[in-house]
Amino acid sequence: MKMMKTLIGAIFAIASTFALSEYTLNMTEGVTSVSQNIYGLHMTIFWIVTAIGIVVFGAMAYSIYHHRQSKGAKAAHFHESTTVELLWTAIPIVILIVMAIPATKVLIDLENTDNAEMTLKITGHQWKWQYDYIENDTFGVPKEGITMMSNLAQSSRDAIKASTQPEHYLLDVDNRVVLPVDTRIRFLMTSNDVIHNWWVPAFGVKQDGNPGYINDAWAKIEQEGTYRGQCAELCGKDHGYMPIVVDVVSKEKYKAWVSEQKAAAAAAAASASKTWSKDELMAKGEQVYNANCAGCHQKDGKGMPPVFPAMVGSSIANGPAADHVNLVLHGKGAMPAFKMLGDADLAAVITYERQGFGNTGTVVQPSDVKSGR
Amino acid sequence: MATDTIAAHDDHHHGPEKGLLRWVKTTNHKDIGSLYLWFSFMMLLVGGAFAMVIRAELFMPGIQVVDPHFFNSMTTMHGLIMVFGAIMPAFVGLGNWLIPMMVGAPDMALPRMNNWSFWILPFAGAILLSTFFMEGGAPAFGWTFYAPLSTTFAPDSTDFFIFAVHLLGFSSIMGAINIIATVLNMRAPDMKLMDMPLFVWTWLITSFLLIGAMPVLAGAVTMMLTDRNFGTSFFDAAGGGDPVMFQHIFWFFGHPEVYIMILPAFGVISHIIPTFARKPLFGYSSMVYATAAIAFLSYIVWAHHMFLTGMPVAGQLYFMYATMLIAVPTGVKVFNWVATMWKGSMTFETPMLWALSFVFLFTIGGFSGLMLGIVPADIQYHDTYFVVAHFHYVLVTGALWSIIAAVFYWFPKWTGKMYNESLAKIHFWWSIISVNILFFPQHFLGLAGMPRRIPDYNLQFADFNMISSIGAFMFGASFILFTYIIIDGIRNGKPAKARPWESAKGLEWTLGSPAEYHSFDKAPSRKAIEQESQHTSVA
Ligand code: HEC
Ligand code: HEM
Ligand SMILES: [Cu+2]
Ligand SMILES: [Cu+2]
Repeated sequence: MKMMKTLIGAIFAIASTFALSEYTLNMTEGVTSVSQNIYGLHMTIFWIVTAIGIVVFGAMAYSIYHHRQSKGAKAAHFHESTTVELLWTAIPIVILIVMAIPATKVLIDLENTDNAEMTLKITGHQWKWQYDYIENDTFGVPKEGITMMSNLAQSSRDAIKASTQPEHYLLDVDNRVVLPVDTRIRFLMTSNDVIHNWWVPAFGVKQDGNPGYINDAWAKIEQEGTYRGQCAELCGKDHGYMPIVVDVVSKEKYKAWVSEQKAAAAAAAASASKTWSKDELMAKGEQVYNANCAGCHQKDGKGMPPVFPAMVGSSIANGPAADHVNLVLHGKGAMPAFKMLGDADLAAVITYERQGFGNTGTVVQPSDVKSGR
Repeated sequence: MATDTIAAHDDHHHGPEKGLLRWVKTTNHKDIGSLYLWFSFMMLLVGGAFAMVIRAELFMPGIQVVDPHFFNSMTTMHGLIMVFGAIMPAFVGLGNWLIPMMVGAPDMALPRMNNWSFWILPFAGAILLSTFFMEGGAPAFGWTFYAPLSTTFAPDSTDFFIFAVHLLGFSSIMGAINIIATVLNMRAPDMKLMDMPLFVWTWLITSFLLIGAMPVLAGAVTMMLTDRNFGTSFFDAAGGGDPVMFQHIFWFFGHPEVYIMILPAFGVISHIIPTFARKPLFGYSSMVYATAAIAFLSYIVWAHHMFLTGMPVAGQLYFMYATMLIAVPTGVKVFNWVATMWKGSMTFETPMLWALSFVFLFTIGGFSGLMLGIVPADIQYHDTYFVVAHFHYVLVTGALWSIIAAVFYWFPKWTGKMYNESLAKIHFWWSIISVNILFFPQHFLGLAGMPRRIPDYNLQFADFNMISSIGAFMFGASFILFTYIIIDGIRNGKPAKARPWESAKGLEWTLGSPAEYHSFDKAPSRKAIEQESQHTSVA
């Protein structure tokens, strides 16, 4: 009895710490018609199975209570009844049909990706997302599109081994996706290496990105705000570390953002044609390295041998520049290709590898990268 | 085969051989059954230890215990060991021990092959576990080993994993052939198919699932092997292959596989509930037909694991409807069990407690399974902790529960001793409370958006993860008590009667306790078969 009391006490203690903190019990309703339909369907099935559960478990409980030997119950002898058996085959079939009808409707709607007003292509990489905004007249996206890489935020990376974590731990990125509100958006999913899955619960969008193939999904986001999600398909070591953050803004703000990106792209192109100083390259290179390479080669450049080689003392980093450029551009084995990064970024990170970590390789300029492509 | 039976006859009246060699050379179904059961128990502890590592890392946000790559190896090996090392061999062990006694046969039809199918297992297990010590570490691509993560991007040890899977497959196929041959050829001449107890029926049907599914798995890993080493590109788009095809092949094996792990469990429960309700099993023939229907349907629903791979709508609709259909025969089973209890005269000895809680908790797993089958809802559930909760309700409180129930139920028959009933009851309550603390909150985690197979998570998931981990450690500790109860029962248990449960039905109870080393060298009579049949009313 005493044990029971302590146990109950403990349960209450746990329960009350809970009540104080923030937690969610149920699926999000989300901010798109798709996610809201899914939520509705989820609740419908939930209540149906709850009702079935009450009937079945109720019958079990009744029987356990009343038909026990200690209450003097005498066993009956019946062991079949065609009527009853037909009945409990037929009733579930009817219930299933009742569930299947709305499910079919919702499914057909959410798989229809026609009539999109804009398209966002999403490419999974080990372990970051690449976003390509496809040419779009309404919003002024140029022919060559807008490309962006999105990595786990440094603040989260720094907190992995820390004793406290920030609010958006593992759900924060360096570059956020920006999307317009009230716009029918088509998402195209693919991958550069293994299978990833782009999932933002609030949109009801979750779709595998398969290497070599393209999948699609759509959403019309009804509310401005910041929405977070994660990769939902095991994609290797840092599968838990490739979050998604989407800023949904008004159409005007989105247009303004697009022109900012255009200007930034133009500036990057200009900087790619100029010659950089070593210090500039090193400063930029450190950023690029930490965001793109440190996951495997580690921040201190010591790597994780034997799988991920060290940069410290690497024969490539201390060898001919052309080989180094070639390897980073085109990848090798488990080393991904990085040709989606700009010439300036690549020149910076390669220089950082060749001159940092105690290495003595030569400086690499954006023009060297360009000719290496 | 003829020589095998003669060989089995030769050492007839000598008991078991002395010493350790007995276990290496044995062709006796009871010995081999015990070997399987002890092996699977060891594997359960190994897989359980890995689960403890997983739950320790997930105890709170941040990385404290293992690095992410090793974490992935832990989930992968935990899943593989539990499925192929613990659950499947445990059922084969139960089948070995019980099927010959239940059909009135002297032994399995192919006793030497039986020895071989067992002895492959420890080697396969050792090869699998040895990958931990290889350069690049153990496989870390999940027990589903999707390509290309398991081909182009996998550590070298993957080739050893492939070899181990091949061996496990051999062993299972041989075990299945043996069971089919035993049931169809060695059954007492007077026993008709529809006289067979349900454990025999469910295992017979499971054997056909095994023979159909395991070669497909072998095909999948062979294609992986050639993709990895011989330049083919079955699963590599760059060479004209398709990574999604891997998933089709895997799940064409994988879905029948989950029924391989649950059909024998249905059989076990269909023995225990009638015994302790003192009432014949309700709807014997509908139980048999429902099992066959589930087995058939299990072959045509595989892509419900792949709704998000980019399937056309028509495919999604077909797989959704087919999946929902499985609920019908599964429902029939649950209803039949409840009807068996209804107006019975129940007592609640340990096996009955496990069986009743099986019905309750397996049904919860069935409910979440039905929810997962609804494609639009699965968009939000897929690859989250909701799925982890679902399959642990059907595998742990389903398959594993039935195995534990079976161990307590047939313990007197196997050992001739009774286990300690009050300790066993404490163990039961401890297990059922902790297992729900462990797995129930995972439903909430999944719905709140926590993906599975991640070593670390956002603060919003912290509370439920901590609760789940506490449940895990409690549940893990319950196996210390379980081990004690079993060993104590074997050593110090009181002698058991031939029929320790007064209303138990089945030919095995007509034998002594413990069952003689060689039983039924004379087939049981029609009268005995009728008296012990599950569908005649209790006299
Ligand atoms: C997914 C993990 C991963 C990431 C991210 C990654 N690398 Fe690598 N890298 C590798 C692997 C694996 C190798 C070894 C390739 C081989 O030799 O087969 C490698 C090799 C290298 C080498 C050659 C080292 C040597 O001594 O052989 C260089 C240089 C290099 N990477 C640069 C980079 C740069 C620059 C980045 C970031 C822009 C980067 N890597 C990001 C995995 C990675
Ligand atoms: C001791 C009790 C158990 C605990 C604490 C436990 C815990 C876990 C956890 C936390 C995961 C999820 C890992 C992840 O996705 O990150 C997992 C996965 C899994 N478990 Fe268990 N489990 C237990 C028993 C079992 C049993 C008895 C089975 C029986 C078959 C089983 C089968 C699986 C499978 C197949 C997976 C999937 C592995 C994968 O993702 O590839 N588990 N387990
Ligand atoms: Cu991932
Ligand atoms: Cu399935």
